[in-house]
Amino acid sequence: MLTIPRAWREKPQRYLFKGGKCKDCGFVTYPARKVCPKCHSENIETVDLPREGKIITYTIVYSAPEGFGDFSPYPLAIVELTNGARLMLQIVDTDLDKVQIGEKVNVVFRRLLVEGNAGIIIYGPKATVVEDK
Amino acid sequence: MREVAVVGTGVTQFGYLWEKSWRDLAVESSLEAIKNSGVDKIDSIYVANFTGGTFVEQEHMAAIVADYLGLLHIPATRVEDACASSAVALRHAYMEVAGGFSDAVLVTGVEKMTDVVTSQGVYSLAMAADREFEGYQGVTFPALFALVARKYMNDFGATREQLASVAVKNHKNASKNPKAQFHNIITIEDVINASMIADPLGLFDCSPMTDGAASVVLMPLEKAKKLTNAAKPIKISGIAQATDTIALAQRESFTSFRATIEAGKKAYEMAGKGPEDIDVTEVHDCFTIAEICAIEDLGFFEKGKGAQATADGLTAIDGKLPVNPSGGLKGKGHPVGATGIAQIANLADQLRGEAGELQVKDPKVALAHNLGGSGATVVVTILEVV
Amino acid sequence: MVGIAGYGCYVPKRRIKVEEIAAQWGEDGEVMKKNLLVREKTVPAKDEDSVTIAYEAARNALKRAEIDPKEIGAVYIGSESKPYAVKPSATIVADALDITPEAHVADYEFACKAGSETVFVVYGLVKAGEIKYGLGIGSDTSQGAPKDPLEYTAAAGGAAFIMGNDNVLAEVIATYSYTTDTPDFWRRDGQPYPTHTGPFTGKPAYFHHVINSAKKVMEIAGVTPKDITYCVFHQPNGAFPLRASKMLGFTKEQFEPGWVAPYIGNTYSGCSLLGLASVLDVAKAGDTILVTSFGSGAGSDSFIFKVTDRLEKVRNNAPLLKDYAERKKYINYATYAFLRGKIKMREG
Repeated sequence: MLTIPRAWREKPQRYLFKGGKCKDCGFVTYPARKVCPKCHSENIETVDLPREGKIITYTIVYSAPEGFGDFSPYPLAIVELTNGARLMLQIVDTDLDKVQIGEKVNVVFRRLLVEGNAGIIIYGPKATVVEDK
Repeated sequence: MREVAVVGTGVTQFGYLWEKSWRDLAVESSLEAIKNSGVDKIDSIYVANFTGGTFVEQEHMAAIVADYLGLLHIPATRVEDACASSAVALRHAYMEVAGGFSDAVLVTGVEKMTDVVTSQGVYSLAMAADREFEGYQGVTFPALFALVARKYMNDFGATREQLASVAVKNHKNASKNPKAQFHNIITIEDVINASMIADPLGLFDCSPMTDGAASVVLMPLEKAKKLTNAAKPIKISGIAQATDTIALAQRESFTSFRATIEAGKKAYEMAGKGPEDIDVTEVHDCFTIAEICAIEDLGFFEKGKGAQATADGLTAIDGKLPVNPSGGLKGKGHPVGATGIAQIANLADQLRGEAGELQVKDPKVALAHNLGGSGATVVVTILEVV
Repeated sequence: MVGIAGYGCYVPKRRIKVEEIAAQWGEDGEVMKKNLLVREKTVPAKDEDSVTIAYEAARNALKRAEIDPKEIGAVYIGSESKPYAVKPSATIVADALDITPEAHVADYEFACKAGSETVFVVYGLVKAGEIKYGLGIGSDTSQGAPKDPLEYTAAAGGAAFIMGNDNVLAEVIATYSYTTDTPDFWRRDGQPYPTHTGPFTGKPAYFHHVINSAKKVMEIAGVTPKDITYCVFHQPNGAFPLRASKMLGFTKEQFEPGWVAPYIGNTYSGCSLLGLASVLDVAKAGDTILVTSFGSGAGSDSFIFKVTDRLEKVRNNAPLLKDYAERKKYINYATYAFLRGKIKMREG
């Protein structure tokens, strides 16, 4: 299936990593929403999300859905960014035993999905666990 | 508002049913339910199905079911809310009967999952998650529940062995259910040593891909009581639905399902019952961790204690509260769009004392818990012997 | 004063050792390492390509330039491993860095000098006053056919340079380009791997163009090798640039800081620019840097830069090449073959 316009219109989220911040209660979401899920305010501003966060919980996916077979086994984590926004990110470039609750991560720009040999390539955010120097 | 009863029920064999199409299955369970309901006229049909569009390339399924049942010209409505589709359909049928719009409503849940290869099936099911912001990261349903399992194990010190006890129990129950997909007894070691699907959930922590259909016929309780050639009516004394965020990352808690708590509260209130009144329950054990969370969120066990309670046998058929005597989604199979109605049919059998080898001792009140997605939709239904 | 306002680099984490590749084909790894003067090379992950590498390098360049991305008037990527045969890579990077829509954006190709070519062009646009800042990127996930000598070196990585006319960290002193039609290495449309002409890639191609280009740019600048602090050459392997530096009379001290092929490999369009980034990671104010690229086909671009005192102020705004080089995970040949698409997989 080709999803060109659908992927194209998500560029603010995928390319620029934009989120929404409630001007009334400060709650931050990824992606941005019209209505704040915390206080129901519609006074939302678009913000650049920080590219640093930590792992809240994680898994390692061995049985992948179509389109992701090349990546498995791959870790997935719920990440909390430094401003509190939470989102699901695939973890890349990290030994599986280094993916742990509480580990710090950085957001990176990667291929998310390739639509077959002739379709488009969808790029967006993933994360990598920060290595100790 | 009229009181509403389940009269007829019908459930097909669950499993890999290579010879049967989705419409064969839907017609089979529907006819069985209509026949043993004793009604001579159906006023309205609900068909619950999660993702026929990708599993069998067919939408607009309700009209097909009406057509193939020879029940043309009456309303037929498709309902989709992921794995909770059929309990949501049940609730709508309930409202239609309670509100006086119809006197006999057929609800059929159906899913044909084995016409596609596993990776396609995993992809289709993942559509119940947030496609853009979870799906494009490679989320699968085992992965979503594995994220919950990991957090639960981290927060409450639960072990993989404790989680495995859910699968062991449900396989044992399923072994006595002639319509179940699995009849093999498994051990804790089998579960722990099975191939990993989404760490920490292995193959036996996950419900399978299943073909199957289940149907019920609802009627006003007073009219049902007057039917002479029918099974004993079972009263729906509470039915409630609640939602939560579509994306797991947005939840307040990763170890508790708020929609289960909310739907449970409302259903208990509507029925005038509490967790302590429930004699038998069928909960949505799409993964072992899901059963643990469900029995806690429904108030049967304290938060963080469900895993140990299961390992201690408190939820076995002869335990303090029998959970999933049918074998649950894990053992009986999980044809997603049919699961919620199959739970109702199984519990109706229990309350009628007709559950055969699965029979729990003398139950009066039963609870069904059907969950969609990673918990974004939940329906809780309370059934009672009249 | 026109020069480099910001620079950044990126190389993938995975590495394969030369002896691992040699063992696969029954070759002597020690001999290969000695001949090529390459120990190991970078390998991109399945979800990395010349676009993601360009993006990460360019983000690092922006951190050092300390400018609003909207001030960038041109974005060019030089690569011979474009994810799309037709559709620009640079639009993706320009959009993802919030540079668009008011920018001139294009992809460049000139074998391994496509990267330096982008820097050359944005420098020209800045100098002409057409744009305030321009972003030039060299990025590749280099292809090398199995069992081909190229397989030992073809690596992945990239570097990005923001050129501007104020607040520069290195000023451009002179530039020069030397070009002829010399087919020493090419890849025909639709072919997965490049073809090269063995020894012909040496004297008439690499050395002829590199030596002539480097000599002339020094002549234009009025300097001799002893006036140059660091020299950087295109690095198809470790041996060629070493020989070129000796032919031109450079010392080990002048050459080694920009000699990245031994531990990175040949990153095609990224190669000479990564060498320059590696030199900027250590250079001090007042240092003079010679960079001479080479692209098969064939041509050499040369630059002479003079470092300003801004370099040391912004250097640590982004990771150094050393940081990326030290972050590594070794893989075996089978994993390498899979990652580089050399194993036929079922789609999906």
